[in-house]
Amino acid sequence: MATHTRRVAGAGPRRGGRARAVLTELLRRPRGVFGLGVIAVMVFAAVFAPWIMPHDPFEQSFDGLSVMGGPLPPGGDYLLGSDLLGRDLASRLILGTRTSLIIGVAANGIAVLLGAAVGITAGYFGGWTAAILMRFTDLMMAFPALLLAIVLAAIFQPSLMIVALVIAMVNWVQMSRVIYTETRSLAEREFIQVQRAIGSGPLRIVGRHLLPHLLSSIIVFGTLGISTTVLLEATLSYLGVGVQPPMPSWGNIIFENQTYFSSAPWLVFFPGVLIVLLALAFNLVGDTLRDILDPTLKGRH
Amino acid sequence: MTSYILRRLLESALILLGITFITFVLLYLVPADPARQIAGRSATAETVANIREQLGLNDPIFVQYWRYLSGLFQGDMGRSYLQRAEVATLIAARLPASLLLMVSAIVTELVIGLTIGVVAALRRNRPADHSLMIFSFVAISAPQFVIGILLLYVFAVQLGWFPIGGYGTFAHLVLPSITLGLLGAGWYSRMMRSSMIDVLNQDLVRTARAKGLSKLRIITRHVMPNAILPIIAMIGIDIGLFMSGIVVVESVFGWPGIGQLAWQAIQRIDIPVIMGVTMVSATAIVMGNLLADLVVPLIDPRIKTK
Repeated sequence: MATHTRRVAGAGPRRGGRARAVLTELLRRPRGVFGLGVIAVMVFAAVFAPWIMPHDPFEQSFDGLSVMGGPLPPGGDYLLGSDLLGRDLASRLILGTRTSLIIGVAANGIAVLLGAAVGITAGYFGGWTAAILMRFTDLMMAFPALLLAIVLAAIFQPSLMIVALVIAMVNWVQMSRVIYTETRSLAEREFIQVQRAIGSGPLRIVGRHLLPHLLSSIIVFGTLGISTTVLLEATLSYLGVGVQPPMPSWGNIIFENQTYFSSAPWLVFFPGVLIVLLALAFNLVGDTLRDILDPTLKGRH
Repeated sequence: MTSYILRRLLESALILLGITFITFVLLYLVPADPARQIAGRSATAETVANIREQLGLNDPIFVQYWRYLSGLFQGDMGRSYLQRAEVATLIAARLPASLLLMVSAIVTELVIGLTIGVVAALRRNRPADHSLMIFSFVAISAPQFVIGILLLYVFAVQLGWFPIGGYGTFAHLVLPSITLGLLGAGWYSRMMRSSMIDVLNQDLVRTARAKGLSKLRIITRHVMPNAILPIIAMIGIDIGLFMSGIVVVESVFGWPGIGQLAWQAIQRIDIPVIMGVTMVSATAIVMGNLLADLVVPLIDPRIKTK
């Protein structure tokens, strides 16, 4: 998606200004500021994880367990408490931020690329191409998403990349629907018809004339999609078919410790709150972007 | 309209056929030997080979698929590899519990969602609206297993108002329904809010005001019915969300429905059962979408059927 952005940004001097205008507008709205703030903190934690983790997230420390051998509650040396194996929860959560963001961005990136490619191809060429591709998306929509993801994850040994791919396979459909509908109406408009008539190739038409118009939707649904991705990763990891321990992910921290949730609720509470915060942040930013970028909604509500 | 319905029915049937094929191929790729599972660990190679032959696992995949499909048309979903029962029997035994949970979740999400939507729309851009919308955003951003476990901790473990899990009484139903319905409540409240605002801005409200009708009467008689209609059609689409949701919710609460059946089958790679639950879920989703597509034009004649 980055290359597309750059290409469009280069199309005219006003584009760069528009991106800045959108960002300014985003920062003028409380929801946008909150969302961007949370994302910024999480990105910071993920990038600088090795320096800000108070303990080794993999070390099963004897000090990390109570006299009874149970996990330590929050406070003291272990700020957010320790887990069942005596590992520092805060450190595992910080490293887990990395997992969530990497999978969120990678899986969603693949889903966006795939969805946009399918949607544009179907919308631009129409006819049989569209019929076949869109019937296929109908089929994917009817698949129970989580069951499909679990089955896929069970087939392949889950690694970070496989988990990201599995989520992408489930999540691209929504994007392709949106882009298809928009491309189809754009393709019938005069400025595209003219390009076709003067014999411009499909790649040129799509790249220079269609994509700039689709960019708003791609950005909005791409941002909202990260939220879905984060939730799906957490759910898969919670069920034990996502990110595999000892590599921490917020979902698998809950998975590992859930049998103790009644005596050690912080082991569910903290990772749970982080999942909600990250998904919420991307939902808020995506929704605010939709308000800003979608001209048909301007002035309403 | 009739030809539209017929066409959509045919499309739905084709979609289901496609799903049987994709699921079958995916499960065929699962690296586990069903014959070895059935025979058990201590079985000899000969026994395993015999079972393979009996189940027809040595046949080419297309032969196996054809056999499965022709069975399906006669209502035969095969036998579980691990439990001594027909898949159809296992699913039929679990289905009522899941249906109960889903119906209860639909009621929950409509009650919570529509109430929030109406209040938010009437208090538009005031503090009440803002806090309700924040709640909606949190509801659509929270994974169900987190909601479920936290509700269990607060209302079952700490307060003791509800049982920790299981099935049987109304009290068992409350927490799972809220967990499953909260996501939908978040979406419905946002839809209801903007739908209400749309209607509030329409001429009919101005006319009603001009006629001197009371505000309450305008809202309950004119605004709400018009605002709810487009939302009712969405219930059909919810089925898809629920079919994913019940796997998680039923496993958190130990609810004996098809979600739990599916999850246990996946963990033990009981392929016929996974296949069966996937087909039942897909059928429900396709029927839900079909219903939504058929209901929308009835409710709003402005939407034309192609």
